[in-house]
Amino acid sequence: MDQQIWGVFMNVLELKNISKRYGAIQALDSVSLAIAPGEVVGLMGDNGAGKSTLVKVIAGNFAPTSGDILISDKKVAFNKPLDAQKAGIEVVYQDLAICNNLSAASNVFLGREPTRRIGPIKVVDYAFMRSKSAELFARLKSETRPRDLVHKMSGGQRQAVAIARTLLSDAKIVLMDEPTAAISVRQVAEVLNLIRQLSDQGIAVVLISHRMPDVFEVADKVVVLRRGELVADKKASQSSPEEITGLITGAIEHA
Amino acid sequence: MATPTLAEVINRSQHHGLIARITSQQIFWVFMAAVFACLALTILTDSFATERNLFNVTRNFAFVGIIALGMTAVIASGGIDLSVGSTLVISAMTVSVIMSAGMPFWLGCIAALGISLLVGAVNGVLIAYAKMPPFVVTLGMLSVARSLAMVLSDNKMIYEFGPDHDFLLWLGGGSTLGLPHPLIIMVILACLTAFAFRHLRWGQHLFAIGGNENAAVLTGIPVARIKVSVYMFSALMAGITGVLEVGWLGGVTTNLGQAMELTVIAAAVIGGANLAGGGGTAFGAVVGALLIEVIRNSLILLGISTFWQGTFVGSFIVIAVAFDRFRQRKS
Ligand SMILES: Nc1ncnc2c1ncn2[C@@H]1O[C@H](COP(=O)(O)OP(=O)(O)OP(=O)(O)O)[C@@H](O)[C@H]1O
Ligand SMILES: [Mg+2]
Repeated sequence: MDQQIWGVFMNVLELKNISKRYGAIQALDSVSLAIAPGEVVGLMGDNGAGKSTLVKVIAGNFAPTSGDILISDKKVAFNKPLDAQKAGIEVVYQDLAICNNLSAASNVFLGREPTRRIGPIKVVDYAFMRSKSAELFARLKSETRPRDLVHKMSGGQRQAVAIARTLLSDAKIVLMDEPTAAISVRQVAEVLNLIRQLSDQGIAVVLISHRMPDVFEVADKVVVLRRGELVADKKASQSSPEEITGLITGAIEHA
Repeated sequence: MATPTLAEVINRSQHHGLIARITSQQIFWVFMAAVFACLALTILTDSFATERNLFNVTRNFAFVGIIALGMTAVIASGGIDLSVGSTLVISAMTVSVIMSAGMPFWLGCIAALGISLLVGAVNGVLIAYAKMPPFVVTLGMLSVARSLAMVLSDNKMIYEFGPDHDFLLWLGGGSTLGLPHPLIIMVILACLTAFAFRHLRWGQHLFAIGGNENAAVLTGIPVARIKVSVYMFSALMAGITGVLEVGWLGGVTTNLGQAMELTVIAAAVIGGANLAGGGGTAFGAVVGALLIEVIRNSLILLGISTFWQGTFVGSFIVIAVAFDRFRQRKS
């Protein structure tokens, strides 16, 4: 989606020369990237290219070794995930960050359980959690039941739980780490639909995926990481699966 | 098929009837075992169902039960606390030393619980912030706290508790409406714990940490702070028990609470606390403690050497864990 449509000439998220080291491993090497409101960005790269690391830096799980993060053109520093969440960044993690021993509703609200007061004490408002998550599951057209333990759920239902989380707040940008891995074809279509829906509401989506068709179906722009370096940042309409494959493997040096 | 309304979807769950739900819980079968053991002992012995014996059983069981509440919280969060027996004795010694020096009960009690909370805080900080394994930290504390209790008391027995002597003995050894005080206190603490587990964010977060610590971190749960609070909770329960047990015994020596950690862990695990983290209930801790105490009592009444106790407690832990593994493999 073109940023002019929104009548604002700013980026919802901008990364400037982000680097991240894990000891001797250079997981990210001076990555720069700008994302407009409502834009869907397909983030691709081989295993270990640094995709999850980039997501975790944006989400405030750890600070970059060097470089700047700008939200709506303002420089920010996230010390913890909650800081990023407050700035409007929501994440669906690769391992979904789900607790098997809790119910779907508890997982949706994990870390931000609503409470109500009974006299001097604040108790978790289960009734609200259930009704709100049922509503979110309905919006996702998922047959997930709020009271069920996640332990017994299918991959698609678990995915719905993790995605429902991002709808709780007014997110500006949703980061999805492999949301379409390990779910059925029908549910892939649902997830892709959801991504379009988020985009239509002006929410930017960063979609990490190894599945070329998924990326080309929804993405406005494709960026490629190779060994921590950003080697491509192209409009999807001006690229092709063949070119992206070449960029991922290194057969094509740069685009 | 008609589309279900939102309310129907909300109230649906994978559980079926109430009976199926109850009988699928380990705790139900443990409770039945305890009831069965009580019935068998009543029939087999003349001495079980006497008022005096029941009074002793309920009181002993209350001591294990209170500490098992704290242990359940620790185990549910994915940790273990081996220092509860030593925390108990350092609390007991503190209240005794202070009261025998002529100070009032309330001062001794506050000091004892304060020291216990400090023990828990040290455990918690080393585990949560220094990221040391709970097993190692609390094993070290097991040694340190008991040794400090010896230093504190010069390893002498204390049986004079100053002006509030009678109150202390009444609190730990007396009863109201026929119910021993430790039992009443255990019931109150169990209700509070059950409430906290189920209805406070603290409870939700503790079970989330035990279920998937990584997820808890990623979703912004203050994992380290919760862990510290959980070890402090466990130590507080041990501290409360220490004060009560002095009152019951009417005297205290530094071997009080020795090897108690295993009995308490067994009670928690039998009651459904999952040593892998993420599972456990307050009611389970109480029922587990009940079963252990009834079996311990039966050994005595049936004239079996008390040397066998350790065999039972140890086997119980292993069997309960094996049972859990077996269930997980099935599902
Ligand atoms: N916590 C960590 N400590 C040390 N090294 C790490 C850590 N996390 C990731 N790495 C390393 O950083 C590099 C990038 O990893 P990352 O998980 O970001 O890759 P990815 O692109 O998400 O791969 P995948 O497609 O397999 O998910 C890899 O070499 C990885 O081994
Ligand atoms: Mg990854």
